[in-house]
Amino acid sequence: MKLIRIFFRNVANAFKSIVRNFSLSSASLICTTITLLVVAIAIIVAGNINNFTRNLSNSLTMIVFVDSGATAEEIAQVKQGIESIKDVKADEIIYKDKKTLKEETLENAEKGSTIYTIVSTWDDNDNPLEPEFIVSVKTANKMEKTADTITSLNKVKSVKYSEKVLEKMIPLVEIVEKVSICIIVGLIIVIVFLIGNTIKLTIYSRSEEIEIMRLVGTSNNVIRLPFVIEGTILGILGSLVPIAMTIWGYTICYDKLGGIFFAPAIKMVEPMPFTIYASLILVAIGAIVGMLGSYTAVRRYLKV
Amino acid sequence: MKFIEIKHCYKLYRDGVAAISDLSLFIDKGEFVFITGETACGKSTLVKMLYREEKPTKGTVIVGGINVAKVPNSKVYKLRRKLGIVFQDFKLLPKLTVYENVAFGLSNAGVANSIIRQKVRLALERVGLKGKEKSFPKNLSGGEQQRVCIARAIVNEPKLLICDEPTGNLDPKTSKEIVKVINKINKEMKTTVVMVTHDKEIVNSMRKRVVTLSNGVIVDDTQKGSYVADEID
Repeated sequence: MKLIRIFFRNVANAFKSIVRNFSLSSASLICTTITLLVVAIAIIVAGNINNFTRNLSNSLTMIVFVDSGATAEEIAQVKQGIESIKDVKADEIIYKDKKTLKEETLENAEKGSTIYTIVSTWDDNDNPLEPEFIVSVKTANKMEKTADTITSLNKVKSVKYSEKVLEKMIPLVEIVEKVSICIIVGLIIVIVFLIGNTIKLTIYSRSEEIEIMRLVGTSNNVIRLPFVIEGTILGILGSLVPIAMTIWGYTICYDKLGGIFFAPAIKMVEPMPFTIYASLILVAIGAIVGMLGSYTAVRRYLKV
Repeated sequence: MKFIEIKHCYKLYRDGVAAISDLSLFIDKGEFVFITGETACGKSTLVKMLYREEKPTKGTVIVGGINVAKVPNSKVYKLRRKLGIVFQDFKLLPKLTVYENVAFGLSNAGVANSIIRQKVRLALERVGLKGKEKSFPKNLSGGEQQRVCIARAIVNEPKLLICDEPTGNLDPKTSKEIVKVINKINKEMKTTVVMVTHDKEIVNSMRKRVVTLSNGVIVDDTQKGSYVADEID
């Protein structure tokens, strides 16, 4: 009961204190808001780079042509062989037999065209099309190795994939992705220092209050509590403007650009739920940094 | 057993300066003791050791049966809840009202509001500040601010009231009033009072026990004494 009373009293006191120390609270708030705005931009950029890389990776496929004379048993063995390769998405392997390929060709060809006329004359025995597997792979830089492994399988005639350019591009994008994550982490560290120092300044100006608390018999944990709550509140309040800018600003950008960034291949992440996740990250950073900043700043004035 | 037992105490600061040297002092429960002496003779260090703001380098300091020096930092707050401390510079929170200042310690200790109201009312009555609950320190005179500080110190009905130069910032008339309030608390609440002062007039008018320090040692300890610090080299 006592602890609950202390907690709620301190929550109330934290709000009162924010109002009473308005100028210092405003300084912390502005500092948090500005730094979190930078983080918001970094999160949006990183999210989109990540999305771009993921889209590229997901579209990595290769076609495995099987010898047209292969029996059903041999085709099953080829499939097993492909499935056993680590870098292959085993549950996404698509098999197309001669008949399916013929139907697809007819569907895609214009009626009355030469191709249509020729293909339509083929029956099951003289269909020259080779059965094929469409195989999705997990990582771009291992495509060549995977293709070689598949080629070595019995009854596999050839393997084709056209993502040679992507194969070279993806590692580059991955580097950009890693760099953007490093930038975010770096920014968070800078923010911890910036917000932490602003809070330290606030607490320094209230060191007498801490001294009085100690002298009237307040435990160290209870001394910390109002400052920690206040830091958390300021952190959360400081994240509100960046959150609003993230949701509102990004949605507008997305609509104006039509969801495409410069080139059709670079699709932007849809605003929902992306901006919600980004907002949650922002509020969490604000709250945690505010809380830890206050905790460590108060510690300096406690004889612990 | 005495209420306060200071035995062979030393306090050496990092720069090698000895603030207290082999000091022993015993104070009974309910006693009123003046600690006097010239500037930097160790008076404040002595009382700081009572509320564990300073730890003795050597020796023991026992207050109400508790060996103060052995209280770990994390438990010092428990000791301080049993004491009342009054300072020369009042140490009031300017943004809190009189009521909030007096209730500050109790509120942080999680005491119920109904009990806080009762105790604060009583403490303010004792120091003669009834009706000033909603005032802010800046709207009070020096004497009134010191009364608020005393009210905050006695609100928890401590067994020991430590006053570190409580009249240092006050004019002679107000100083007398403050000492009267402290004396009343000593008599009515049976609170032990240890008061550091170099106010000759006050010491001489009270006729209480006077302990005189010089260079960190007790040079005079007289019941119903007078201010002798001036006469000591």
